[in-house]
Amino acid sequence: MTVRTAEILMAVLCALCSIGLMIKSAELKIGWVPERGPGSGAWPFWLSSGMLLASMATIYRWFRGVTPESRNLQLYMTRETVVVVGISAGSIVFLLVTTHLVGIYIALFFFLLFYLKFVGRHSWKLTVSMMVLVPIAVFCLFEWALKIPLPKSISEPLFYPIYDLMYSF
Amino acid sequence: MEEILLHLAGGLSQAMEPLNFMMIILGCALGLLIGAMPGLGSVNGVAILLPITFLVPPTSAIIFLAAIYYGAMYGGAISSITLGIPGASTAVATVFDGRPLAQAGHADKALTAAAVASFIGGTISVILFTLFAPPLATFALKFGPAEEFSLMLLAFATFIGLGGDDIPKTIFSILVGLVLAAVGLDIISGQPRLVFGDIDGFLHGINFLVLAIGIYGIGEMLWTLESTQGEVVVHKVKMSLSQLIENLKDVKSYIATTSLGSVLGYFVGTLPAAGATPASLMAYGLAKTFSKDPDSFGKGNVAGVAAPEAANNAASTGSMLPMITLGIPGSPTTAILLGGMIIWGLRPGPLLFTENPEFVWGLIGSLYIANFATLVINIAFIPLFVKVLTIPFTILAPIIYILCVVGGYAPTQTMHDVWLMLLFGVVGYLLRKLNYPVAPAVLAIVLGPLAERSLRQSLLSSQGELSIFVTRPISAVCILIAVGLVCYPLVRKFKKKTGETAS
Repeated sequence: MTVRTAEILMAVLCALCSIGLMIKSAELKIGWVPERGPGSGAWPFWLSSGMLLASMATIYRWFRGVTPESRNLQLYMTRETVVVVGISAGSIVFLLVTTHLVGIYIALFFFLLFYLKFVGRHSWKLTVSMMVLVPIAVFCLFEWALKIPLPKSISEPLFYPIYDLMYSF
Repeated sequence: MEEILLHLAGGLSQAMEPLNFMMIILGCALGLLIGAMPGLGSVNGVAILLPITFLVPPTSAIIFLAAIYYGAMYGGAISSITLGIPGASTAVATVFDGRPLAQAGHADKALTAAAVASFIGGTISVILFTLFAPPLATFALKFGPAEEFSLMLLAFATFIGLGGDDIPKTIFSILVGLVLAAVGLDIISGQPRLVFGDIDGFLHGINFLVLAIGIYGIGEMLWTLESTQGEVVVHKVKMSLSQLIENLKDVKSYIATTSLGSVLGYFVGTLPAAGATPASLMAYGLAKTFSKDPDSFGKGNVAGVAAPEAANNAASTGSMLPMITLGIPGSPTTAILLGGMIIWGLRPGPLLFTENPEFVWGLIGSLYIANFATLVINIAFIPLFVKVLTIPFTILAPIIYILCVVGGYAPTQTMHDVWLMLLFGVVGYLLRKLNYPVAPAVLAIVLGPLAERSLRQSLLSSQGELSIFVTRPISAVCILIAVGLVCYPLVRKFKKKTGETAS
């Protein structure tokens, strides 16, 4: 896909999203409510209308060839970019899905193994050190110092002894 | 004046308290590291690390984040000079002469000039900040909801008029940010709004950090990974005390243009859409114009490194002026700081000076100390920072992603927000590739709730009459300037066209 095609597709998508937001906002009152001022939906409705107009302006400018992107026939994303960006975004999706399934600490363990060993091709020594140290650092900072419990899913019981130890101090 | 000095003394002693002093040193060192990393700048560091600051009281938290902001401005020069890649867009102009100096084996000279100039820029701007902030805050106490809303319109108009980006795309970006801020319960009626697919996660709204970390954490890393696929060459830096003293002798050759660049940078920095990048480019141009040897610029003139570095540091302090006094951020980084202040339970704006003077003066005092601390840390640890630049992205990227995920989870503690953050990061990256500016969206999501509240309060008091925004003098002036700014690109385009026709 060229940059030119990507620009028009994105502008159309933005326009459609704007219409969707307008419809969603219009579920609430968008006019003047006596003694209460503008209705709850007014602010997002008029903002979405503005988004629609801005998207239409981009579409118009694309047809006229005004924007540099509308004249750019180079690839929007090269194969290398797709691979690099795909690996990064995919690995974060993997991290989030495994967090839901087995909790963040086990997920971090596998995420670091994947990124450091298979993407970065680093040594086992570095990979294993990071796999152990990073989750410990995250635990100490967030759970111990900030008192923010991170999602643990089915691995929660594994942390009971650690909590006992933490709160015994 | 006496009162200002008294408050400043209090602020300085507060900044010197052990915890705050530690925060300054830690923030400056982290900022230097973050600023030095190609692709990462103050905004990324502040967005990713803000959730960690819940650990300390608000004053210490803002001191820490402001120190990161400061340090990152210094740090940007390190990669511009040694790698030839700007650490952040704010250090682009530093590459012009910093790179040729490094190639000629004078990286130490360029790095010393950048550090000293940053210190000069920082010092001048902090003094200006101390002098301007209290009277501006006193003046802003006269502001009612109508003036507040007009001022926010003015802030958005600066992006359209001075941002230099595609205008419809800039407007779209601003409006997206405002709409995202409207998600959740309506601030007045309490009715749920824009709750897509009846997903409960949307009921508590979209935290500005979700968008900020998504765009400046994940999106920025994707952008950097794409743009730095090639190998980079780090220039070696040898630094000794005798060399340092020798390099410091050059200061007199660039002190005048550096001081001028600092004042320019400070005032450009106060404008929401302008900020450190245009300030540094303008200061570079200024230094070249006033130089006795303009031809040497671009080939390795130390003044070409000093002027933009002074300006970008001064601009970072300048951008804090509207944030502290008016509650309008002067840059994306200060937009995130402003959001942080709301999380910490403070109300940004002129009342801060009267309601939370220890917070404001503690911050101002910390800027003086952070400026000096960054100079010392920078010069003492330059070889270490250069070494850090050689860390492969395959180690740095997963650490940043983990900080983003955990940081995105921390404020609301729902996985819903983390998924949203990933979505914003990827969509923000794809939009940025098509020249949609992302900074206005971040500014808008922070200002969104404040803008809506002030608009609705104004309309309620005027019984729906929009004329309230033009009949009140301060509001009318803001609207007039905003209209002028929106029309400015059109006038410029028209002039260019008529010029072309005439020739």
